[in-house]
Amino acid sequence: MITSKRTEILSILIMSLLLLFVGFMQSWSLSFSILNMCIISAIMSMGINMQWGYAGIFNVGIMGFTALGGLAAVLVSHAPINEAWSAGGMGIMISFLVIVLISLIVYWVNKRFKTNKKKYWIITLVIIIGLILVKLVYHPSVEAIEAVNPTLTGFLGGMGLPIIFSWIVGGLFAAGVAFAIGKITLGLRSDYLAIATLGISEIIIAVLKSEEWLARGVKNVVGLKRPVPYEINLQQTEWFISAVQYFNQSYLLDIVDKLEYEKVLNQLVIESSIIFVKICYAVLFFIVLLTILYLANKAQVSPWGRMMRAIRDNEVSANAMGKDVVRRHLQVFVIGSGVVGIAGAMLITLDSIFTPVSFQPLRYTFLIWIMVIVGGSGNNLGAILGGFIIWFAWIEAAPASQFVINILTSGLEDNNTFKIHLLNSIPYFRYLIMGTILLLIMRYRPKGILPEKIRYS
Amino acid sequence: MSSLVGKSLTAGYGGADIINNISLIINEGEIAVIVGPNGAGKSTVMKSLLGMLSLTEGTVFFSNKEITKMLPQDRVKLGIAFVPQNQNVFTGMTVEENLEMGGFLRQDNIFETIEEIYHLFPVLKEKRHQHVGELSGGQRQQVAFGRALMTKPKILMLDEPTAGVSPIVMDELFSRIIEVGKTGVGILMVEQNAKQALAIADRGYVLVNGKNNREGTGKDLLNNPEVRKSFLGG
Amino acid sequence: MIDIFNAIVLLTNFIFIPAITYGSQLALGALGITFIYGILRFANFSHGEFMSFGAMSCILVTWFFQSNNINLGYLPTALLALPFAILSTIILSLLFNKFVFSYYRIQRSAPVVIAMASIGVMFVINAIIRIVIGPNDIKFFDGQKFIIKAKQFKNMTGLSEGLALKSTQVITVFITIFLLFLVFWFLQKTKTGKSMRAFSDNEDLALLSGINPSKVVFITWLIVGTLACVAGTLYGLDKGYKPFTYLGLVLPIFAAAIVGGIGNPIGAVVGGYTIAFSEIMITYAYKKFFKYLLPESLEPTGMIQLLSTDYKFAVSFTILVIVLLVRPSGIFKGRTL
Repeated sequence: MITSKRTEILSILIMSLLLLFVGFMQSWSLSFSILNMCIISAIMSMGINMQWGYAGIFNVGIMGFTALGGLAAVLVSHAPINEAWSAGGMGIMISFLVIVLISLIVYWVNKRFKTNKKKYWIITLVIIIGLILVKLVYHPSVEAIEAVNPTLTGFLGGMGLPIIFSWIVGGLFAAGVAFAIGKITLGLRSDYLAIATLGISEIIIAVLKSEEWLARGVKNVVGLKRPVPYEINLQQTEWFISAVQYFNQSYLLDIVDKLEYEKVLNQLVIESSIIFVKICYAVLFFIVLLTILYLANKAQVSPWGRMMRAIRDNEVSANAMGKDVVRRHLQVFVIGSGVVGIAGAMLITLDSIFTPVSFQPLRYTFLIWIMVIVGGSGNNLGAILGGFIIWFAWIEAAPASQFVINILTSGLEDNNTFKIHLLNSIPYFRYLIMGTILLLIMRYRPKGILPEKIRYS
Repeated sequence: MSSLVGKSLTAGYGGADIINNISLIINEGEIAVIVGPNGAGKSTVMKSLLGMLSLTEGTVFFSNKEITKMLPQDRVKLGIAFVPQNQNVFTGMTVEENLEMGGFLRQDNIFETIEEIYHLFPVLKEKRHQHVGELSGGQRQQVAFGRALMTKPKILMLDEPTAGVSPIVMDELFSRIIEVGKTGVGILMVEQNAKQALAIADRGYVLVNGKNNREGTGKDLLNNPEVRKSFLGG
Repeated sequence: MIDIFNAIVLLTNFIFIPAITYGSQLALGALGITFIYGILRFANFSHGEFMSFGAMSCILVTWFFQSNNINLGYLPTALLALPFAILSTIILSLLFNKFVFSYYRIQRSAPVVIAMASIGVMFVINAIIRIVIGPNDIKFFDGQKFIIKAKQFKNMTGLSEGLALKSTQVITVFITIFLLFLVFWFLQKTKTGKSMRAFSDNEDLALLSGINPSKVVFITWLIVGTLACVAGTLYGLDKGYKPFTYLGLVLPIFAAAIVGGIGNPIGAVVGGYTIAFSEIMITYAYKKFFKYLLPESLEPTGMIQLLSTDYKFAVSFTILVIVLLVRPSGIFKGRTL
């Protein structure tokens, strides 16, 4: 497949050129912002690509797994709030233990009485008793925790560790939840699984919004610690200033006036610090991206990957050959969701702020799907490319549609209501563009920009 | 008189030809039977006659008119009916609704035909308001048969009508098939139970590896020692 | 004794009436989903947006009527606008069928691929709605708001608990009954309706019987467009039109359709009411109810609410999962109309 290699290089080249174009035409800061989000999107779409491309699992709960990663960022990096812990930590812990206990009992009952219809009654009874127990301890503790300095904290806080650990923890969170969901739903038909995952993601968001003791709910957690330097510190660091001086030598040398020189340098230092921080993020993200890409490619060509494809392409015969389809599906579902969780933690790390209300399915679930389909399902590099292109389009859709609308309505007066209406609607044109891209790709290039490579081995 | 004629049919799925240069004829009022070992392409012959897969070579005539390029639905309109081997009924609908669907294209009064079919298969009249999914295998086969007859076909093609039914039901079905044949309908049948099928056939075709191996009247084939040896178990 | 009446009125007012209304809206939505699933064989994620589009069209026509002083007196003008809205939703459906869905149907694509295409359609309609009418809340109900006011009811009966009956609730129920009657009559009694059931049951055999697939698909979109528009309009009329809420409706609607047995119209209706009643009953705070029924010494101190309303999604979801685990094909066996 010679053409595919060429398409790969060409696609990457085009992406770099687009980012450079933004850098020169708009600003470098924006260009790097886009780059960072592109990388995060690429990781998400790689995670989904594992599920869809390797195994044909239709997961519409991406938003939930992303949010779990975000929760990990809060719980890992935020300083613990001892007061809240002493107020209600115990109660929460007990409730948690009771819930674990209930789950174990239900699991056991389910195993013990295999086909007995009575087991459903027993399970229901256990759950009800358990819930009453939980309610008794849970509510007072929650109230106590939320009463601790509600304007600033009112939650248990985190572990106070460097936020970068949350990338792993976020992955584990998402993987853990995926395991639980997968256990229940992976036996279902693909469209039922889709609805089930959609439901789970809505529930996760509902929990994050309303359980304030956990991560402040709709009050948001702000000012999470960064894994990279702060701009304001950089601006006062000796080596950074001299580095800026060094890189802008030719430009600065022309300035003779001392005051003017200071002013220009200062401005340059501020600008550079912003970009430098973004580059730091980009480097960290790139490391994650490349690691996951390496592992994903390795997995895909391994016997395990071949088996996954065999299952995807013909579930019935794979089943007949004694492959445990549900088990394999569970594996890939957990791994893919874990990758999405990692990306979620990275996203919140980049934002330094955790806002549960901002999680909307259109943006965090369906947009990722467009990335996977556009990029090329089954191809890891394709998924990355999809992430890049779609995020780029998502960001640049607004200025692009503004440009087009301005041209199309140039004949109209500025106070023309139709023109004003259109200009006010610019943010929504991105949905139109995204939908159209998806439909066009599905119709005319159904395998995506970089199709799955078929290996005859 | 109507007849369905296939001339040097060659067809298959995805490149590979399953049937090769097969010719056959079914006249109104006759029963023709295709027999042969598994995988000989018996069902494929029927599907190609109906246009459910396109021919690589050969022509199909109906009453001396070429219909090789015609859509299956249009052939149904001409009077060729087909009862597939599997999923040949609407399981979620009642017996009567199944028959009504069979007569979907007809503009005249279909209830007379329904009565005729009830006459032929009295058990269906009893169960007319039951869902077909609740019926036994033999009864379903009768519904499938009846649905096809609703089009008032001139030629009726049956793909293994007795597959998976008990011997008693099988005998019953065969006698019904003979009855239908007497009403002037031409019947083409693919059968596993070659002995019984050839016994009632006016014309028989033996298919081996997608090729016409032998043809003749049912009796001739039954009495042919070679055919007996290879397909009829001695 | 009077306390028992009060308790009954309380539950009627806060559970029964809202659940019947909401259930009707879900039932109409789920019926649309089931039609698409039964005939076109894919899970239509854009159905919520079709509903939203229907409501939006109805609002636009209502505004036109209102500005020309055309109204229905006691009844909301939206009822007069509804036929036009239905027409425009049908046109939209047919356009998307022509330019998107029919291609995949003819290609015989896997259901999951068509479902994916419906995500694209969802984005496009979502954008159209926001570009045309904006993202903000719109109240388009006019006419008389209440049939019975809580105060009137109290005066009439002498009970301390009030019962309010909004006209939107009555309209919703009546229109739903009418439409359901029409749909079931069509499916059971007419030749075309039967041919649709046959098509849904066994597509190949339907073709062999001479049933024209494009006609079946055309009628399906006609019905789906109508159902989606009416469901969306009734929901918007009852609760105020908020474009973003319709995406959230996709989950309970699908849950309803699947719980009832996807592809089965009766199942869709039963599923709709099941989901609505569970959602409202589980998130209702029963404190007052027990206050009426229990002696003072036993009166509850808490809210007696099983689940806060934030978790109403959890209800649809849990029912869905339970039904799928216990009876994977839904309450009624799914797949055929």
